[in-house]
Amino acid sequence: MGSRQRRDWNHRDGSATGRGRPLAALLLGLLLCNGAAAAELRIAVAANFKQTAEEICRAFSAGHPVRCLVSSGASGLLYGKIAQGAPFDVFLSADRERPERLEREGLAVPGSRFTYALGRLVFWRPGRRVGTDLAAALADDSLQSLAIANPRSAPYGAAALEVLRATGIDAAKRYRLVQGESVGQAFQFIASGAADAGFVSAAQLLQYRSKTGRTLEGELLAVESSLHGPIEQQAVLLRVGANDPVAQAFLRYLESPPALALIEAAGYSVPVP
Amino acid sequence: MDLSPFWLSIRLSVTVTVILMLLGLPLAWWLARTHSPVRPFVEAVVALPLVLPPTVLGFYLLLLLGPKGPLGPLLEALDLRLVFSFGGLVVGSVIYSLPFVVNPLKNTFREIPQGQLESAATLGAGPLDRFLGVVLPLSASGAVTAAVMGFAHTLGEFGVVLMIGGNIPGETRVVSIAIYDHVEQLEYAEAHLYSAGLLIFSMVVLVLLYSSGRARRQARFR
Repeated sequence: MGSRQRRDWNHRDGSATGRGRPLAALLLGLLLCNGAAAAELRIAVAANFKQTAEEICRAFSAGHPVRCLVSSGASGLLYGKIAQGAPFDVFLSADRERPERLEREGLAVPGSRFTYALGRLVFWRPGRRVGTDLAAALADDSLQSLAIANPRSAPYGAAALEVLRATGIDAAKRYRLVQGESVGQAFQFIASGAADAGFVSAAQLLQYRSKTGRTLEGELLAVESSLHGPIEQQAVLLRVGANDPVAQAFLRYLESPPALALIEAAGYSVPVP
Repeated sequence: MDLSPFWLSIRLSVTVTVILMLLGLPLAWWLARTHSPVRPFVEAVVALPLVLPPTVLGFYLLLLLGPKGPLGPLLEALDLRLVFSFGGLVVGSVIYSLPFVVNPLKNTFREIPQGQLESAATLGAGPLDRFLGVVLPLSASGAVTAAVMGFAHTLGEFGVVLMIGGNIPGETRVVSIAIYDHVEQLEYAEAHLYSAGLLIFSMVVLVLLYSSGRARRQARFR
């Protein structure tokens, strides 16, 4: 019985019969079908812009059949992954330094780099009325600890430090100056009450407000953009996506009115053309 | 190259190891010997840091130990700051490295033959005398293992420190954080130096442990 079964599958010379082939063809067909359904767009995006990037991609995919795969993280770490060959098509950074470096190192398509959003810095002190004068709010005696993002790695942190210098305060001496690894962590330090106040992005506060339902009334003080250098968030087309028409279309879309509206609604400023 | 992260890491590890040995010895002894119905729960609590990601621990510690947390008024009265401070790192590391010290001690204590303790008792040795004169010498190698595990684990700690440290140079900027920082800022040469330094140091400590006579003797009994 057993040997008869075996002979069913193989000819005497050892070659296989056609039995397995239809099954293999079906499996292969299924695998191929998966890929052909929609093009994939792999986006590396700075954590602070992740939600907005997903919204923009949803709007974008209404007009193009594309599946957006969004990977978010700290810009520096994303840069590292791209430099090590991670297969992203486009990179939306929280600064301009990383995209510039990628361009210099030949990992990004020259001339594809542009500013897609400008960050807005906000002073936030939960549970207190901060008024309208930043200098007065910062001079408050009861303000003991201040959280900012790490100025050396996060543009929001660098901007916060610039603002503190502009108001003439030696922040490290005056407060317990705490640095979050990212503006996200700085936000958490303040939100949890571990730090009294700090500088975060307007976009984060909008997200927080919509997620928790808290109004944050009176706790916020928007920082004049003249007090710090522009927080330019730049996007770039990566070498992997150089010949990908969908990736190119996505970057163009990022500068189009529908996307700009989403970006502004999210709490960023858009570059003046 | 700034060496302060190294000294900070070592200072943290030594402090935490000393505290854990002082806390761990009685706790491990109790766990090894008690028949109390509470034991499984205590063992579970001790083992939690093995299972939980350090970010969970850091997240809750920040809420618990912050000035606006439940302990806020008490900490303010004692003028203690346990977030964004070296003290806070010690508290976090003690909790996080607890199972790495208590479990080896507990296992070593369990292996001490009851008969030896009973003989000592019949010869007139009180409980403390038995502990110091019989238990500790027999469990010396286990204690060394526990201490080294606690030291090494604290030295390599990253997650908890990241959550509650605040990256303050000279106070909470330990080596693991410094490495992460340098990588973030694309300063790979510095990251290499710190990483290699920590790697070599850890290798030296572990090689010393494993080549020590006590470890060999213990191995033979197994």
